[in-house]
Amino acid sequence: METLTWAEIIPRILWQFLPVWIALVGVFAVSILFKRRLGLYGKLFDSGIGMIGFALVMFWVFTGIFGAMDLIVTHDALAQASGMKNKVPGTPLRGAEEGEYAYYLLGGDNLARDVFSRTIKGAWIVVQIAPLATLFAFMVGITLGLPAGYYGGKLDTLLTFVANLVLAFPVILLFYLLVTPEIVATGIPSYMAAVLFVFPLIFAGVLLNSRYHTRPTLRTPLLIGVLFVMGWLYLSLVSDAGTPLQVLPGWLDLFDVPGGILVVFVAVVFVNSPTVFRIVRGLTLDIKTRDYVAAAQTRGEGPWYIMLWEILPNARGPLIVDFCLRIGYTTILLGTLGFFGLGMPPESPDWGSTINEGRKLLTVYLHPALPPAFALLSLVLGLNLLADGLREESLRD
Amino acid sequence: MKEPYDGPILEIDDLSISFFTRLREIPAVMDFSVKVQPGEAVGLVGESGCGKSTVALGVMRDLGRNGRIVGGTVKFKGRDMSSLSADELRHIRGNEIAMIYQEPMASLNPAMRIGQQLTEVPMLHEGISETQARARALEVVADVKLPDPERILKSYPHQLSGGQQQRIVIAMALMSKPALLILDEPTTALDVTVEASIVELVKDLGRKYGTSMLFISHNLGLVLETCDRICVMYSGEAVERGSIEDVFDTMQHPYTQALFRSIPLPSADKNARPLVAIPGNFPLPHERPQGCNFGPRCDYFEAGRCDAGHIPMFDVPGNERHASRCVKFAEIDWTAPPAIGETHSKGEIGKVILRMDSLKKYYEVAANALFGGQKKVVKANETLTFEARESETLAIVGESGCGKSTFAKVLMGLETATDGEILLDGRNIEQIPIESRDTKTIADVQMVFQNPFDTLNPSMTVGRQIIRALEIFGVGQSEAERRSRMLELLDLVKLPREFANRMPRQLSGGQKQRVGIARAFAGDARIVVADEPVSALDVSVQAAVTDLLMEIQREHRTTLLFISHDLSIVRYLSDRVMVMYLGHVVELGQTAQVFAPPYHPYTEALLSAVPIADTSINKKHIVLEGDVPSAMNPPPGCPFQTRCRWKERVPGTLCETEVPPMRQLAEGHQVKCHLSAEEFASMEPVIEMRTADA
Amino acid sequence: MGLFILRRLGVMLLTTLCLTFVVFWLTNLQPNLEKLAKTQGNMRMTDEQVTSWLETRGYARPALVKYGEWLGVVPGWRYDAPDGSVQARCLTEGASIETAPRYCGILQGEWGYSTVFREDVSKIIGIRLGLTAKLMFWVMVLMVPSALILGVLAGMREGSRTDRTLSTISITTTATPEYVSGVILIAVFASSAVGLKWFKGTATSAMEDANFGNFFLPVLTIALYGMGYIARMTRASMAEVMTAQYIRTARLKGVSFRDIVMKHALRNALIAPFTVIMLQFPWLLNGVVIVETLFNYKGFGWTLVQAAGNNDIELLLGVSVVSVIVVLVTQLISDIGYVYLNPRISVS
Repeated sequence: METLTWAEIIPRILWQFLPVWIALVGVFAVSILFKRRLGLYGKLFDSGIGMIGFALVMFWVFTGIFGAMDLIVTHDALAQASGMKNKVPGTPLRGAEEGEYAYYLLGGDNLARDVFSRTIKGAWIVVQIAPLATLFAFMVGITLGLPAGYYGGKLDTLLTFVANLVLAFPVILLFYLLVTPEIVATGIPSYMAAVLFVFPLIFAGVLLNSRYHTRPTLRTPLLIGVLFVMGWLYLSLVSDAGTPLQVLPGWLDLFDVPGGILVVFVAVVFVNSPTVFRIVRGLTLDIKTRDYVAAAQTRGEGPWYIMLWEILPNARGPLIVDFCLRIGYTTILLGTLGFFGLGMPPESPDWGSTINEGRKLLTVYLHPALPPAFALLSLVLGLNLLADGLREESLRD
Repeated sequence: MKEPYDGPILEIDDLSISFFTRLREIPAVMDFSVKVQPGEAVGLVGESGCGKSTVALGVMRDLGRNGRIVGGTVKFKGRDMSSLSADELRHIRGNEIAMIYQEPMASLNPAMRIGQQLTEVPMLHEGISETQARARALEVVADVKLPDPERILKSYPHQLSGGQQQRIVIAMALMSKPALLILDEPTTALDVTVEASIVELVKDLGRKYGTSMLFISHNLGLVLETCDRICVMYSGEAVERGSIEDVFDTMQHPYTQALFRSIPLPSADKNARPLVAIPGNFPLPHERPQGCNFGPRCDYFEAGRCDAGHIPMFDVPGNERHASRCVKFAEIDWTAPPAIGETHSKGEIGKVILRMDSLKKYYEVAANALFGGQKKVVKANETLTFEARESETLAIVGESGCGKSTFAKVLMGLETATDGEILLDGRNIEQIPIESRDTKTIADVQMVFQNPFDTLNPSMTVGRQIIRALEIFGVGQSEAERRSRMLELLDLVKLPREFANRMPRQLSGGQKQRVGIARAFAGDARIVVADEPVSALDVSVQAAVTDLLMEIQREHRTTLLFISHDLSIVRYLSDRVMVMYLGHVVELGQTAQVFAPPYHPYTEALLSAVPIADTSINKKHIVLEGDVPSAMNPPPGCPFQTRCRWKERVPGTLCETEVPPMRQLAEGHQVKCHLSAEEFASMEPVIEMRTADA
Repeated sequence: MGLFILRRLGVMLLTTLCLTFVVFWLTNLQPNLEKLAKTQGNMRMTDEQVTSWLETRGYARPALVKYGEWLGVVPGWRYDAPDGSVQARCLTEGASIETAPRYCGILQGEWGYSTVFREDVSKIIGIRLGLTAKLMFWVMVLMVPSALILGVLAGMREGSRTDRTLSTISITTTATPEYVSGVILIAVFASSAVGLKWFKGTATSAMEDANFGNFFLPVLTIALYGMGYIARMTRASMAEVMTAQYIRTARLKGVSFRDIVMKHALRNALIAPFTVIMLQFPWLLNGVVIVETLFNYKGFGWTLVQAAGNNDIELLLGVSVVSVIVVLVTQLISDIGYVYLNPRISVS
């Protein structure tokens, strides 16, 4: 068989993405139809930049999800095919079997694996970890930033000092110190995970209690229910067989996170939290001077009610924008980790690792390194444009 | 450079301005016409959103990207402004037409020295050298009565006080001796006594330089004091235009009339002659009614005529240059007294509920926010002693920095007192912070806040916010009970029950303030601290909200502590008045006692400073020198001694060295002053009604 | 002012102590030490051999004591072997134990010895820091002016076509981390596959003799990422200033648009970005590490990777002290600079 030309490769790639196109068209059609009723999300569809950003982001989200369902990929991302080492895009597979895709659409890498499928699979890793890690960082940042800004004084000084401490730490040095097999063996990341992941629990507990403490009959069952479910998830997350922190017996443990991924997760949450903390603190300092906060104080509301129900909801605009930007930043951080070969398993198809492998032969073979590079670029660009669109729309009228 | 010209300085003819948003065109000003003759001052009056500032920007042709002039002409000295090139326009701006703005701090460049900002104007337009410009600047700065011009020119804006900054803005406007001065609410951000001195200055300088003025304000009293002619605007249109006397005394438009009836003039009285609020709300620009914009709120509305179509300006026969935009102006009996709704008998004042005894609140602050340094003690409240009774309205009056807000905080329990006592029903509460107060105490003492746009949580529905207050105060056993109580509270403040599900941003300022009042009364408050509850509202809405407060007070026998700087409204609604200056109570007495001589010198100045929109009032002009001293750095002795005009009458250096004692002048009338009894007796009233024949 | 700087210096010192202790503690964890023993000694060492290797070299003691020694506030360790020979922390080759100083830590100027490079840490850091300084100098020269110009041009007429174009450019560069832009730049300008070959794909030769051909790509790669960010900050700040009242005042005074931008807006608009530029340093360090690895430029970042990858404890500590100090000093400069740029804060 002949090697495909670019005119043949591009339609084939577009065809592979068919499920993504269908999903994207569906989402956009529904959203634009109901945009006046969808609040800030709906307003996004009034801004060109916002729409482009949203489309880019959703493209990769759908690609990640469908890729994980083995819909888009053409080959096993880890399998090596003989004779495909560093082959150019469009090279036909030698001795393709029945039902196997006959080409490496974007060529083969230095271990003769399919670059196209690896890039798609890499999207799933990012789409899973980046938003979740950002969410955890927000939980930590919000839970600490609100009291720091609201109370001020010694608590603020202490927390700000700690936040600045983490921020003054060069990120790469921190990664190198945290994300190594030796450190994982000591269990430090597991303990850090135990501390960092407890924040959503605290957050939810305080949130509900402050709101419903005047109605104990509703509050108590609600709190028990929510904390039980979250607590179980939490224990399942932090308790892993083989690490020093195994608190749950195996049959109760819902899922296990591979040690390497957990460390990466912890590291990313850890370096993101202080920045979120500073943003939340600043917003709190601003909003706490408003009259509705004074009104809540004069009717004797508790401090946590004021922080979580009077201040936080009104800080949501800037926080949503920052959330989008921060997912992008987290994506970059994940790539950095992969680029230095930290944390991710060696065969992992994540974009950072793939770029790192590809760069070594870059002056001769371009194709293994460029697809993941452009993938990462477009996702982060999409997130930035989305944040820009959101900011613009939330400032308008 | 400037050609002599003797026609009208500014002629605006059928000017229409619209703003264009993504969704629609929003007309902000519709066929607006006005003429300004040389040396004449024309006032442009209206409530917020009526388009008066847009007119000013339209004259300057600075409407931003969304605004556009869609019709009419603006002629300056006979030249059509739209025919000017960008360069010619720039030459007129700042040179021939100068503008003075509302926020002096914001309109001065924070990173440029005052001198540079002043000298720039003539250097730009007249091409004179820097030394010449500097000499001119020194001269003008002296003209606006600022001390030490050399030092002022070298300082940055933030180093000056608000009053001084506004003087600089005025100086900047006068640097090129413009033919027309546009003043856009020039004193709104300033304290009353400072406002009075700025108004005085503007009048003097207008005369000295022969400048024509377009004075934009929402305050009728201020326009009366400064202008020769007036133009009343409503919802984008001029509704009445004429000389001050014609419009104030023989008004020819229902809106003008309603406006005058809703402001607390000295003749109004909350029981016998209550204010008449204008019903309904100001229409949003895209929801204006057909025909007369004021139609839906007008007492004289006649279906079929008033809502038929466009209504032009009609000339009022007999008066010179007096016009009204009312089809029925000739038919209405303008002299008929307002239909008195209901009058009320004076509420019975009950037993003492709240007693303050030598309350003191000191703060320790770092002298410099960034670098720390020496701690300073700010004496925010100095020996406050008074009592408040059931069903009584006690007004607390003073300018910024007088300590009235600190006092409210201490009373509410947001701060604890440094010294002294607060007794609520005989119990000491001065040292109990709000967290440790029991629910009953908290529910008993509640507060209504100043800024309606800030008083409600923007992300919670109105109903939810009231229900939350009910929950906290332990009212009702179930959600359903609290819900029905919440609806009753909405009834109490005269809001429709549908509002329960609205978000605060869907409400107007007055409506938000009503929700704030409903929330304060959720736990049947017995003492309500109202911190300037109406000062941020438009005049027509002020009356309605004030009335509501009075009505609830009568029904619930509430004690109202009414914090305000506006003496007109204080005179209208309060039983007793407490005047504060720099943390001290300088005068305390029945309303009638405080508003008649003998006064404390500060009260006297304050009374004289408040503009009154009544041509039949004679007012003595007392202009205070300088600004209110900083509470960080109060003067020794009497706090008012730096600005007091009676100081020479006190022998020796008593005023500079000793804080005066509180003296009893009459039953229930106390004054903190060193003046002798004879001097007090010699004081003349500041405000006098002119008799009809005078 | 003096008091302010003094207090800031105190906080800086405390931060440095905290951070170096964290690094010290992490690198001295048992698994790391075992790895060190095996890489330094012999990969097939038994557990006992590892223990004794660590003991004879002073590693098997409490972390706090070792940290004190490294700082130079606790006397250095001394190990008397059963055979009578003596090993001590402060013992240099050829010197006798009697003449060796008791303290030898950072305070005495002893930064320790690199196990990877087999050289004094202070010497390595000196050389590598110099090379990185050269890189950073050119990055700053390229990045700061272009970012500011970009931002001011975009922000002075918000919403115009120029603004849209320039903003898109800066968003794109902020979305491109160094390892992406570096790869793309090398692929386009230095690979034989595309064939342009304008620049060199490595910067190794630039360490001795930097020229446009071998140094431009690494400089550009770092500058691009930071540039977008600063440009966006400048644009936001400029756009905000342009809507300020005092700009309207200036416009209605009849000042021309050029003078409004240059005389009235610029100084106010540059206050915020100045802080950002200074706070960029810790972030730029990331870029330095990536770019030096990517272009094989053996500077400070490259050293960091080598030290961290091989658990070279003393070198790693030295590197972290230097980077933390760089970060903190720039923060201090940014604070002081802010005060001088902004007349609203008085310096009394």
